[in-house]
Amino acid sequence: MAAGPSPVEDELYREIILDHWRNPRRKGHLEPADVTVEGYNPLCGDEVLLTMRVREGSVEAIAFDGHGCSISRASASMMCEGVDGLSVADAADLVRRFKAMMLEGAGAEDLGDLEALQGVARIPLRIKCAVLPWNALLEGLERGEGTVTTEEGPLS
Amino acid sequence: MSITVPPAARGRLSLEADFDVEAVRADFPILCRQIGDRPLVYLDSAATSQKPVQVLDAVERYYRESNSNVHRGAHTLGNEATELFENARRRVAAFIDADPRGLVFTRNATESLNLVASSYARELLRPGDRIVLTLMEHHSNLVPWQLAADRAGLDLAFVGLTAEGRLDMEIAARLLTEPTKLLAVVHQSNVLGTVNPIRELADLAHACGALIAVDACQSVPHMPVSVRELDVDFLAFSGHKACGPMGGGVLWARPELLERMPPFLGGGSMIQRVELERSTWAEVPNKFEAGTPDVASAHGLAAACDYLDGIGRERIHAHEQALVRHLLEVLDEAQVDVQGPREAVERGGAVSFTMGEIHPHDIATILDRDASR
Repeated sequence: MAAGPSPVEDELYREIILDHWRNPRRKGHLEPADVTVEGYNPLCGDEVLLTMRVREGSVEAIAFDGHGCSISRASASMMCEGVDGLSVADAADLVRRFKAMMLEGAGAEDLGDLEALQGVARIPLRIKCAVLPWNALLEGLERGEGTVTTEEGPLS
Repeated sequence: MSITVPPAARGRLSLEADFDVEAVRADFPILCRQIGDRPLVYLDSAATSQKPVQVLDAVERYYRESNSNVHRGAHTLGNEATELFENARRRVAAFIDADPRGLVFTRNATESLNLVASSYARELLRPGDRIVLTLMEHHSNLVPWQLAADRAGLDLAFVGLTAEGRLDMEIAARLLTEPTKLLAVVHQSNVLGTVNPIRELADLAHACGALIAVDACQSVPHMPVSVRELDVDFLAFSGHKACGPMGGGVLWARPELLERMPPFLGGGSMIQRVELERSTWAEVPNKFEAGTPDVASAHGLAAACDYLDGIGRERIHAHEQALVRHLLEVLDEAQVDVQGPREAVERGGAVSFTMGEIHPHDIATILDRDASR
C-alpha cells in the first residue's frame, strides 16, 4: 500500500491537505484553557476537541485534538493555524466565509490555504468532515462551552 | 493519495456457481450502468440491495393496473389491492417458514424492532427485568432497547465478543438466566459478518423463561431462514436488503405474543370498533398496521421472495461462501486488517477491513474514485 502524493495534483487530496493530515499543526490540548468545545460527527465517528484561550477579545491560543479522517484533521489543523491571533469577530467571520465556500458554493477569495478544501465541497457526504471543526469553533466563540454535532446535516 | 493493490490480489476469480451468474447479473438493470467509463461494481448490499427487473416490474404493474387502498373500498381495484397485499403477507411468511398471522409489514427492520421494544418490552416487562443484547448489534437493535429500558426501568446487559469476533457463549449462558426476559441479537453481523448460533441462543433464552428477538436483515436474503427451526419469538428484517423495494420491512412475531401486546401506532386499519373515548383493536396482525400500508412495497417484496427462492437460497449461500473464501484470501494478500472471522465458517458475505492509520472514509472515497476513472 502506498499513500504518497499522486503525480498529478489530486483535486480532493491536495498536497497541502495531505501535509496537514500527516503533520497536523496546533495538535494537542491547551492547559489551562478558557474554552473547551467538543465536536462529534455521529455518522462517521469523527471527534474534535478544541481548547482555546480567549483574551481581550482575541483568540490568544487554540489547539485541537481528537480523531477523524484526513479531511476533518486537515481542516482542523488549517483552521487552528488560520484563527490563531484573530479577534473573536474576525474568527467568527472566517468561519462564516469558510462555511459559505463549503455549503453555498461561495468563492475562496481571501481564504488563503483553506481554498485547498474547496474540492471537498463537491462530495456531499464528505462536506461535514471538513465543516465539523468549524462548527465547534463557532460554538466555542459564541457560547463558551458546549458540544456540537453535525447530525443536523450538511446544510446546518 | 492512492492505494496500491498487490499484483497477487488482482487475479480474476473463476468460480463455478450452481446457477447462471451472468443471467442473474442480467436481471439487475442497474448493473448495466457505467460510472465514468467502467461498469458499476456494487458492494454495498449490506446497506441496501439492488433490485432485479422482476421486482421493478411487479411494483410498476401494481401501480399501472391495481393501485387502490386496501381493506376498505368495495370495488374491483380495492379487492385486487387487498388480495395482492394479503398474498404478499403469505408469500413473505413462507419465505421465513412462518405463520402469516404473525407477519406485520413495517417500513424497515428498525421500525420492526421499535415495535417490539415499545409494545412488548416497555409495556409488558417490569422494572428490574433484564434485556440482553450483544456488542455486535446495529444501532437499530440497540437504541430502541435503551429507550424501552429508560421508560420501563429495565436493565440492559451485553454479551461480549471473542478475539475472532464471535459471541462469547460463556457470557451468553451466564446472562441468559434470571431476571433476563428478552434476548435481542443479530443473526448475521453487518460489520463482522459473523453468523450467530441463533437456535442455541433461543434454547438458552427459553430455558430461563426469556424470549428471543432476532435482527435477520443480513441473513434472510442470503441463506435459508426458518423461524420454526430457529425457534425464535420475534424476527425482523428489511425488505429493501432482500431485493425488495425501499420502504418495506417485516416483523414476524408469534401470533399469541402479538395478541398480548398493546398497539404500537393507532389509526385506521388497526381498529375493530371506534368510539369517541375508546376503541377496540383489529385481529392480529392488522392490529399493528395502522394507516394505509405500502402495498406496492409488500407486493414487490413478495416478488423478491419469488426471485430469491427461484435461484434457491441454498445455492446463493454456497456461492457466497465461495466468494467470501476468495475475498478473505485476497484481502490477506493485500495486507489489510479484516474485522471479524478470518474463515468462511459461520460467516456471511459482509466483510469489513481497515488499513493502518488511514480512516475508512478516506479509503472509501479513494476506492470509489479510483474505480470510476
